Amino acid sequence: MIGATFRRITPQLIILGIVLLLNFLVFPGFFSIEFQNGRLFGNLIDVLNRGAPVALLSIGMTLVIATKGIDLSVGAVMAIAGAVAASVVTGGGGWFTALIAALAAGLLCGLWNGVLVAFLRVQPIVATLVLMVAGRGVAQLITEGKIMTFLNEGLIFLGAGTILGLPTPIIIWLAMGTLVTFVVRRTALGMLIEAIGINETASRLAGINSRVLLLAVYLISGVCAATAGVIVAADIKGADANNAGLWMELDAILAVVIGGNSLLGGRFSIVASLLGALIIQSVNSVILLSGMPPEFNLVIKALIIIVILVIQSPTVKHALYLLRASAGSAVPEAHAVGPRNSPAKETRS
Amino acid sequence: MTRSPRLSLYITMATFVLAYAVCAWQYPAMFSTRVVANLLTDNAFLGITAVGMTFVILSGGIDLSVGSVIAFSGVFLAVILRDTTMHPLVAFALLLAITISFGAAVGAIIHYLEMPPFIVTLAGMFLMRGLAYVLSTDSVPITHEFYDTIQDVYWKAPSGGRFRLIGGIMILCYIAAMIVLHRTRFGQNVYALGGNLATARLMGVPIARTTVMIYAIAGGLAGLAGIVYSVYTSAGYSLSTVGVELDAIAAVVIGGTLLTGGSGFVAGTFFGILIMGLIQTYIVFDGSLSSWWTKIVIGGLLFAFIMLQKALSWATTTRRRPATEFATRS
Repeated sequence: MIGATFRRITPQLIILGIVLLLNFLVFPGFFSIEFQNGRLFGNLIDVLNRGAPVALLSIGMTLVIATKGIDLSVGAVMAIAGAVAASVVTGGGGWFTALIAALAAGLLCGLWNGVLVAFLRVQPIVATLVLMVAGRGVAQLITEGKIMTFLNEGLIFLGAGTILGLPTPIIIWLAMGTLVTFVVRRTALGMLIEAIGINETASRLAGINSRVLLLAVYLISGVCAATAGVIVAADIKGADANNAGLWMELDAILAVVIGGNSLLGGRFSIVASLLGALIIQSVNSVILLSGMPPEFNLVIKALIIIVILVIQSPTVKHALYLLRASAGSAVPEAHAVGPRNSPAKETRS
Repeated sequence: MTRSPRLSLYITMATFVLAYAVCAWQYPAMFSTRVVANLLTDNAFLGITAVGMTFVILSGGIDLSVGSVIAFSGVFLAVILRDTTMHPLVAFALLLAITISFGAAVGAIIHYLEMPPFIVTLAGMFLMRGLAYVLSTDSVPITHEFYDTIQDVYWKAPSGGRFRLIGGIMILCYIAAMIVLHRTRFGQNVYALGGNLATARLMGVPIARTTVMIYAIAGGLAGLAGIVYSVYTSAGYSLSTVGVELDAIAAVVIGGTLLTGGSGFVAGTFFGILIMGLIQTYIVFDGSLSSWWTKIVIGGLLFAFIMLQKALSWATTTRRRPATEFATRS
């Protein structure tokens, strides 16, 4: 079990290792961690901390993508959740009420997406596009178009506080990742979700209640997005409906893809997606630390993404497979590089 | 799956006429050639982008890079015209060559590496936006007499509306796209690809060539939209046109094209653009509504049209499907 998981995430670990090494090369003090004022400081901690929103989103996104779906609305849901939390505390509510209200808003958004996908049978990309377009408008409606600032200690703690020396966001995403992994892997839920992604009709004929499960994955995605939204709002002590979570959905999808999960659904690994999120954050860090002009950030990121995608593409994998087979190594590991055989030719959106 | 694609086109057209009638009834001033002319001018770049998006979506793909391509085009033109003595027309040709090859490269990656268009065009989006930043992070003004000449080309309608050149370019794009889609073999291949890739391959449709051409067209039209945008704003700014790809996709969906591909009309996209422009015009006329209502209304419209498509496909297919089959064609 542990061995299989380790084999599955080996490529991600190697990529992460290379990127971290690059970080070390451009900035030799990268791995040093200090303990000051009851908090750990260091670039490595920063990567874990700054990567929290994308890591949280990637947990829900992994499950959604495993069902052959996609959730484009997570960025907008982040904005809504941040706006809800901010409006509750500025209205005199406590931080816990604010957190619950924000999570409830996330659940509501997830319910909307889930009902559209599971019961009205709308294509996921279209169904979540509606909330992606309208959601930011809703968030602006809640904040009345302003950046809503707050000074509630409890809420700010969620984004900028520390627990046992570690920044709270790290604890939150680690806890959420562990919880979801535990729930889907210690029960049959994970396997059932994979079954839906591979062939929904067949899974239903086999007696899986695919509608409820589909609804559940969008609910989880909504909650993850709401948590990320609260963290981002708490971090800047304000809810910015325009910019909170902007383009975050793309980073989350990218994290899932870098994690070797197929966009066509099926087998998934949350650990690999989380590693994907850390890879993205480490790439951001290497660009920052190397002192390159910030204009080059996106170009470099795009090139790295293209390289990773090319390595993971079915055609290249097949070519490598043939190469290895002709070189004489007996049984190529089918699951070493990526999730599984991909019938990529038929579906492509 | 027999359905009536024309019906959703008619409903989109009826929605536009109805919405315009309501607007004109509330604000009689909206029923003037000035408003119509501005509707065309203000939405020209979005309209041209949406033509390319229609091709891509009809073939079952999606293109997220168009917004970045427009921003890149604006900055590229501004920087070229600032730093060299090149004539704008030559710069236009150079730019179109760049964006067409960019689109073709995207199409080739999608086809030959068998990767989902969603993720490839996402990488393309980062790349083009990044190149725009590299060229310039500031807003670069364009001061060339040729730009003034283009901006002064308009046909003044009797009641005062000025139909400018860029609106005309958009309409020409739509006419050309209609001819290509409905009167050429390539157009049929686009529909075939979106209908069912495996069937299209078995029927002998040249998948590779068609895919590359579709994305090259989308890239080229995004480049053209960039030119139009730079004429419209007389500047190039790397942070402009963020999220235009979503507006274009929304217009295509409101226009009745299925996001799964294979069914839809470029004329529908035209009315989708007009409806979205009308919402913005209405909000400007009203004055008391905030701009974020645009997003909410467009989201609501998207939802309504998706539900409409669902209802139509449900009404036309349930009769012939056995009851045991699940409605999995989502």
